[in-house]
Amino acid sequence: MQLEDPTPKLYGLLAEFDSATAIVTAAHQAREAGYVKVDAYTPFPIHELDAALRLPRTKLPWIVLGGGVTGLLAGLALQYWASAIEYPMNVGGRPYASWPAFVVPAYETTILFASITAVVAMILLNGLPQPYHPLFNVPTFSNASADRFFLSIEAADPKFELGATRQFLQGLKPVGVSDVVD
Amino acid sequence: MADRHQPALESHAEAHPSGMARTHSDVVGPGHSFGSITDKIASAVLRPGFLPGWLVGFVIAFAVMSMFLLAISWLLIKGTGIWGVNVPVGWGFAIVNFVWWIGIGHAGTLISAILLLFRQKWRMSISRFAEAMTIFAVMCAAIFPVFHTGRPWLAAYWLFPYPNTMGLWPQFRSPLIWDVFAVSTYATVSVLFWYVGLIPDLATTRDRAQNIWVKRIYGVFALGWRGSAMHWQRYEVASLLLAGLATPLVLSVHTVVSFDFAVSVIPGWHATIFPPYFVAGAIYSGFAMVLTLAIPIRAYYGLEDFITMRHIQNMAKVMLATGLIVVYGYSVEAFMGWYSANRYETFMISNRMFGNYWYMYWFLILCNGVTPQLLWFKKVRTNVGLLFVLSLVVNTGMWLERFVIVVTSLSRDFLPSSWSMYAGTRWDWMTYIGTLGLFTWLLFLFLRFVPMISMFEMRTIIPSAKVKKPEGAH
Repeated sequence: MQLEDPTPKLYGLLAEFDSATAIVTAAHQAREAGYVKVDAYTPFPIHELDAALRLPRTKLPWIVLGGGVTGLLAGLALQYWASAIEYPMNVGGRPYASWPAFVVPAYETTILFASITAVVAMILLNGLPQPYHPLFNVPTFSNASADRFFLSIEAADPKFELGATRQFLQGLKPVGVSDVVD
Repeated sequence: MADRHQPALESHAEAHPSGMARTHSDVVGPGHSFGSITDKIASAVLRPGFLPGWLVGFVIAFAVMSMFLLAISWLLIKGTGIWGVNVPVGWGFAIVNFVWWIGIGHAGTLISAILLLFRQKWRMSISRFAEAMTIFAVMCAAIFPVFHTGRPWLAAYWLFPYPNTMGLWPQFRSPLIWDVFAVSTYATVSVLFWYVGLIPDLATTRDRAQNIWVKRIYGVFALGWRGSAMHWQRYEVASLLLAGLATPLVLSVHTVVSFDFAVSVIPGWHATIFPPYFVAGAIYSGFAMVLTLAIPIRAYYGLEDFITMRHIQNMAKVMLATGLIVVYGYSVEAFMGWYSANRYETFMISNRMFGNYWYMYWFLILCNGVTPQLLWFKKVRTNVGLLFVLSLVVNTGMWLERFVIVVTSLSRDFLPSSWSMYAGTRWDWMTYIGTLGLFTWLLFLFLRFVPMISMFEMRTIIPSAKVKKPEGAH
């Protein structure tokens, strides 16, 4: 791919801001202006960005519920199968499927499965691990994890036009605008 | 450095009991920006070389841990006969230490999960190392029952359900198996929760590292985190769900540990008070341990701006409250010993108070019941040195509590002909003190290589993190 196309490909434009308020305003205006492939990068979660960027609500809770239910059923099934089918043992005349005793391990497997699902699904839905991203080519972007706030508009956006988009971003009064090269 | 903000902290200490007028200034020192928080916390990890104090502590901890390795090696060569356990006291130091360590872990989860659900901002600066404490404490705890089995390499088939060539399966009606499920789930979820909390801070460390290898190593663990808005949304939902899952989990863990005792028929163990009484005791000892750790760490790394007097005082209050629940537990035990009119129960409580181990019982009451009443006084709660001593007293008291529960009941069971005394041998003590070395050693590694305070959460509580209502947007 690199061999066929020696000129660097443009991923998009990145504007840098120095406050939480500025990034929320900028994100809002970018969406208002009709840009779709817009994302904000911040050193801490800013809840106002969800509305400003019109982000969909994540499906994560439903996936975690699925993980929890799976854990519950798996825990009960394991205990029933081990205690009543595979290795039945008479303990003081109690039934083999002595479900009150099975509640505790099943409770734990529910939490275990749901927690693992929450972490793995969060990471995978976020497309991580992703060691390389074009944004990391912008030297100042390293401050996105400390004290700066960034707004990107991707070149893949239907409304993207290098000159016009750069001008639009400059109009948002950022600290600076950089080209993001892939 | 400490003097500069002392007045501001004092004024906030108890000024707003309603919680209405609280500002950021009491959970983080004044004048901090996103950058200064990041610099302060990241510098402990990214500084070249080692601080002399850290190095000394690390070496001492390593030496103590080596003693643990020695004791365990000898145990594996000779067998559990080198321990003081006998018939009828089959659960000696191993179970005492197991319960003590696992209890200590509970404060970390309480701080990071339960206080997150209650949106307590004061949790943010202490949650990271309290969680680390949880993980290390659970590791120390797990060592004891595993080696108590005598031949841990053979213990796997009756502890974990896996298909084996003997066709055997664990006995799921036994609380000991419940415990295996509870503790291993707790360890796993604690590690996951801790790691998820670390991801954005690992990215910060990656971005600020100068050395290419340091950058790469933190980069691998940061998974390529870039702080995208959609990522943050999923991240926060995942954190909240984990907190929601860890809350019932942490309550269940010590409940299940108490079932190990309560489901048996031994006098002094077979009591319905056990689950809540154990959970309160766990949180009590855990907060004591957080104070034991936070007070020196705060002084050594100059973190008075982040771990303020408000934090210290709040922890002292939690300690006082849970301590009172524990004292209530002791009272109920004593009351039920009389009220049950059961001769074994009556004997059990009088044996605890006036039997061969009477001094253990009264020392326990002194440590856990009497001394912590000092915490009613604000003068005590704001005296860091005194709190440090008190936290050690409570830790000792909680260890004694478990000793009293395990040993007094077993050494005097139903048949006087089988009565016997118990004392830990030098190998018991070496193993126990050795795990303290292991715990401290891991903690020193954590302080050096992992950001000890959550930087991204600290950023959210300074005033400039608040988005001012922008015109146009809502």
